[in-house]
Amino acid sequence: MPELNLTSAPAHLRHGSSIGQPMTRRDGVLKVRGQATYAADNHPPGMLFAVMAVSSIAHGRVTSLDVAAAKRHPGVIDVMTPDHKPQLAIDPEIKTNPFVFRMEVLQSDEVRYANQPIAVVIAETLEAATEGAVLLAPRYEMLPALVGLDAGESFVPPVVGVGNPAEIHRGDVEAGLAAADKQIDAIYETPPQYHNAMEPHAIVAHWDGDKLQIDMPTQGLMLSLGRVAELFGIAPDKIHIRSPFLGGGFGSKGLMAGPPVLGIMAAKLVGKPVKLVLRREQMYGPVGHRAPTRQRLRIGADADGRLTALDHHARTVSSTFDDFYEPAADASHTLYAAPAIRTSHDAVRVNTGTPLFMRAPGEATGSIALESAIDEMAWACGMDPLAFRLKNYAEVEPITGKPFSSKALRACYDQGAARFGWAKRSLQPRQMRDDAGLLVGWGMGTATFPALMFQAEARAAIRGDGTGAMEIGAHDMGQGAWTALAQIAADAVGLDIDRITFKAGTSDLPDAGIAGGSAHTATAGAAIHSAGAAVIAKLADLATNDERSPLFGAGNAGVIARDGRLIRRDDQSRSESYTEILARAGVAEVEARGTGAPNPAAMEEYAMHAHGAVFAEVKVDPELGQIRVTRMVGAFAAGRIVNPHLVKSQLFGGMIWGMSFALHEEAVTDRRSGRVMNANLGEYHIPVNADVPPLDVVTVEEHDPHVNALGIKGVGEIGITGSAGAVANAVWHATGVRVRRFPIRIEELLKGL
Amino acid sequence: MKQFDYVRPATVAEAVAAAAQPGATYLAAGTNLLDLMKGNVSRPDRLVDVTHLDGLDRIERLADGALRIGALVSNAALAHDAEFAKSYPAIAEALLSGASAQLRNVATVGGNLLQRTRCAYFYDTASRCNKREAGSGCDARDGENRAHAVLGWSESCIATHPSDFCVPLVALDAIVEIEGKNGRREIPLDELHRLPGNTPGRESALEPGDLIVAVRLPAAARGFAAHARYLKVRERTSYAFAIVSAAAALRIENGKIAEARLALGGVAAKPWRARAAEDILKGVAPTADVFQEAAWRALSDAKPSGDNAYKIELARRIVVRTLTLAAAGTPARIPALPASPFASTSGAIHA
Ligand SMILES: Cc1cc2nc3c(=O)[nH]c(=O)nc-3n(C[C@H](O)[C@H](O)[C@H](O)COP(=O)(O)OP(=O)(O)OC[C@H]3O[C@@H](n4cnc5c(N)ncnc54)[C@H](O)[C@@H]3O)c2cc1C
Ligand code: SF4
Repeated sequence: MPELNLTSAPAHLRHGSSIGQPMTRRDGVLKVRGQATYAADNHPPGMLFAVMAVSSIAHGRVTSLDVAAAKRHPGVIDVMTPDHKPQLAIDPEIKTNPFVFRMEVLQSDEVRYANQPIAVVIAETLEAATEGAVLLAPRYEMLPALVGLDAGESFVPPVVGVGNPAEIHRGDVEAGLAAADKQIDAIYETPPQYHNAMEPHAIVAHWDGDKLQIDMPTQGLMLSLGRVAELFGIAPDKIHIRSPFLGGGFGSKGLMAGPPVLGIMAAKLVGKPVKLVLRREQMYGPVGHRAPTRQRLRIGADADGRLTALDHHARTVSSTFDDFYEPAADASHTLYAAPAIRTSHDAVRVNTGTPLFMRAPGEATGSIALESAIDEMAWACGMDPLAFRLKNYAEVEPITGKPFSSKALRACYDQGAARFGWAKRSLQPRQMRDDAGLLVGWGMGTATFPALMFQAEARAAIRGDGTGAMEIGAHDMGQGAWTALAQIAADAVGLDIDRITFKAGTSDLPDAGIAGGSAHTATAGAAIHSAGAAVIAKLADLATNDERSPLFGAGNAGVIARDGRLIRRDDQSRSESYTEILARAGVAEVEARGTGAPNPAAMEEYAMHAHGAVFAEVKVDPELGQIRVTRMVGAFAAGRIVNPHLVKSQLFGGMIWGMSFALHEEAVTDRRSGRVMNANLGEYHIPVNADVPPLDVVTVEEHDPHVNALGIKGVGEIGITGSAGAVANAVWHATGVRVRRFPIRIEELLKGL
Repeated sequence: MKQFDYVRPATVAEAVAAAAQPGATYLAAGTNLLDLMKGNVSRPDRLVDVTHLDGLDRIERLADGALRIGALVSNAALAHDAEFAKSYPAIAEALLSGASAQLRNVATVGGNLLQRTRCAYFYDTASRCNKREAGSGCDARDGENRAHAVLGWSESCIATHPSDFCVPLVALDAIVEIEGKNGRREIPLDELHRLPGNTPGRESALEPGDLIVAVRLPAAARGFAAHARYLKVRERTSYAFAIVSAAAALRIENGKIAEARLALGGVAAKPWRARAAEDILKGVAPTADVFQEAAWRALSDAKPSGDNAYKIELARRIVVRTLTLAAAGTPARIPALPASPFASTSGAIHA
């Protein structure tokens, strides 16, 4: 990989540590200049272009492909089909571990969803390959497509999400409901959604003998490496993956999907480097999506507005050939102190690509339903929605009874409400108007996301010239890993950030774990922190055991590392620079490794979650029903904030996504064919600039001594939760019309206007 | 992509000759055509690029007070022409409510008139579509059709014409100037787009090779400048096609409507001129009641073509609102959120 020239803007002033500084992205200048090399920007000599032909039916069999016609087209080199392809070392249908999903890599003529790859055309130009794919003119034997939440017999999945039980309860829900003074029994629907990262899935694959070079955006370098190695039957050390930048992933680039494997197969077939980039509409199938849900919430409350029971059931879908179940009902585990809670799931199988993790999987879908239902109950109890939530504030995690490792949600409610001016809200809906006569509504939602950790390793070095190095195969999805992790690294080795070389984004570096579950900064950060401590310990050994050093005899515990020097803790006038220590010891550099991992003992004892409170204002045209969000305030507590600037961006992004969830996003699926009819960014609506109001994010102080050594909880996903419900609740407050199908459509609102 | 010939004629006559052959299509800015080609919906053999033709990019005031807009004038250039926006404010507002700034910068007047429907089944070559392939059927009829037509549709096709620009144009009696094999002719814009009937594939009155060279606004169109608005309901604040839109233009004299113009967008395969409603408005004072009556009259023939009955009620409401806004007077400046129900919100962010 060409050396990356990361910069830090000169304006940055450091006061002691790097952690906590609002640095701007160090890769920002590269990106603005177009010099950041994304996967599809690579063009090795002799490279050919591969284009997938995808199925237009959702279920059936391909009966013919006009390979001859495609091959006759000028520039077409070869056509990869089930009958003409390199053999894989293992059957792609075999799930070798729980993080392996089945993929379609031309193993048969079976079609299980629309947009499934059915052939790959390889040509000298993109244009020729594209036309070649058209000329294949596939014919099918079509079977009826299973579409929608009522497609067939439902069943209870063995697990939901990643290994969560499909049903779980604490206390007697039915008794709680029976004893309730007020009951809510409501059904909410959320649509299928697609990740739609700006950068489509892309790969440039290059075989050099038995070695394989891959440029591909991935949120999981090591998982991808392992999967490629087993599929192609080669040793992992023969494979090199480069993924310095991702144009977004949101979960869809976490695990190896079929299309990049097809790219590698195509390169093998033709013996030349091959580039394969998905077209936007081809991302609506083989690379995952958020499954639709239909959720029923039954809630009981006593005369004082205290919850007596919370029953949350979610129906979802998975594909006909694999299992991923959106754990929507699990959103009810942590937030509200109902003495009786039950969450349950069931599912039907449909002809889609297998659903997958999509930014806040389960939390986002569950949150909008739960927060709507809580709002409905607050209204039924005649209570302000914030007062109702405070009344039912969970002091311990409701589903387990465990104490929280830290929970500053009360402060989030307070600070968010104050910033927003919530106290002036009318209790009744449809009371507020602006001077233009538009209906104004205020709504809120509680945000929550678990503080997760995976496993990671990092390698640190301190060099004779007094500079440092930190290496970890971490992933910058646009969230700012190049910056935030380098800040942690700088502190870990006691150097200014510009004095360390920070390497990330390739598969030859130590495993950073996946960039998912909002856990990347915590996981990779913990490994970096521990590698830094280890390398400093080695350096300290050299100094404190050497009688010529002013630090002689200080002992390992007796020095601290700061600004390139080791300093005696008990006598700060005695110190020595890294350069001096290494020069005298005659060592070119010291090196050490460190790991980051969850702490099972702490997890056993504590419930670990980030929290937040989101307040939204919407305006609604009283006759035409068009909606606009005009203000949002989010207050979040997520442990230690490594870089306030990047964290705000993550939270802004999450809040915008939440608003998108409530008002815009939906893959419109034809109920007969199972095809997504709006598979393009013109018609699959996400908010545009004019939809995004001034956003205000408050990060609330929170010290968590249990989650990990650095006290980091993660902020990547939490912003969606709470926000979607806040917007939906604001629409109700503006209009008095409760829409329970998302996104809220004008026709639903018009019925009540 | 399919291989095709690309020609760039120097004169209108050459262009017409080059485009008269079967399989030839005019290419303007390509913001619609190229998408259709990439999706294999259009597979022309020959593209006749008209963007280099001389003299079609002018806005001219004619001796009789009419305004002639060359077919190659960009949507943005027209909307931002101060004189134009002052004289025909509803048209400028409609233009600025369409697509995005980037698209408007290149999209042409001619291309906007002839942009194709956004019916998803038309774009999806795996679906049956009578417009794309005569006699194949219409998958929208029982499909996802909440945005489809409520006026003028047929069993063969329920698609709408998506242009914003055309709506106030048709209200103001715009005329289309056409250069064809047999020379120049002109037709009212109202006659350019055809309703589907049994031949939804025939979308316009144009013959093969016909080139739109200009759109003309007759002198009378200026008379509405003081009371002309365009309003568009859509599913996000900007960068979305209309669910329903309306253009209203009034000439108010001595407290009475001397003349009214009304057209609807997003409801039919053509910009929908509501003449019967205009008649109701003529000669009466602009009141809420009369606007209601006009709205009912405008939609009296409407019927749902699928899950879109709400569009009829929405269209009535938008007619009332647009007439109300027009009667109140054209604002001195085009709002930062053109044609939006939120146009009057203070502190609006630009679309
Ligand atoms: C994402 C997106 C959003 C959009 N949103 C909106 C919207 O909100 N409102 C709206 O009104 N429009 C919208 N549009 C459509 C846009 O206005 C049209 O694509 C544009 O006006 C077409 O102009 P063009 O010059 O690019 O035409 P082209 O794409 O070049 O041509 C379109 C058609 O017109 C024919 N043609 C072009 N010029 C002539 C001529 N002089 N004589 C004869 N035939 C001709 C071409 O052969 C072709 O069939 C949107 C488009 C996109 C892609
Ligand atoms: S409505 Fe018209 S354009 Fe749409 S599928 Fe039917 S025939 Fe085609």
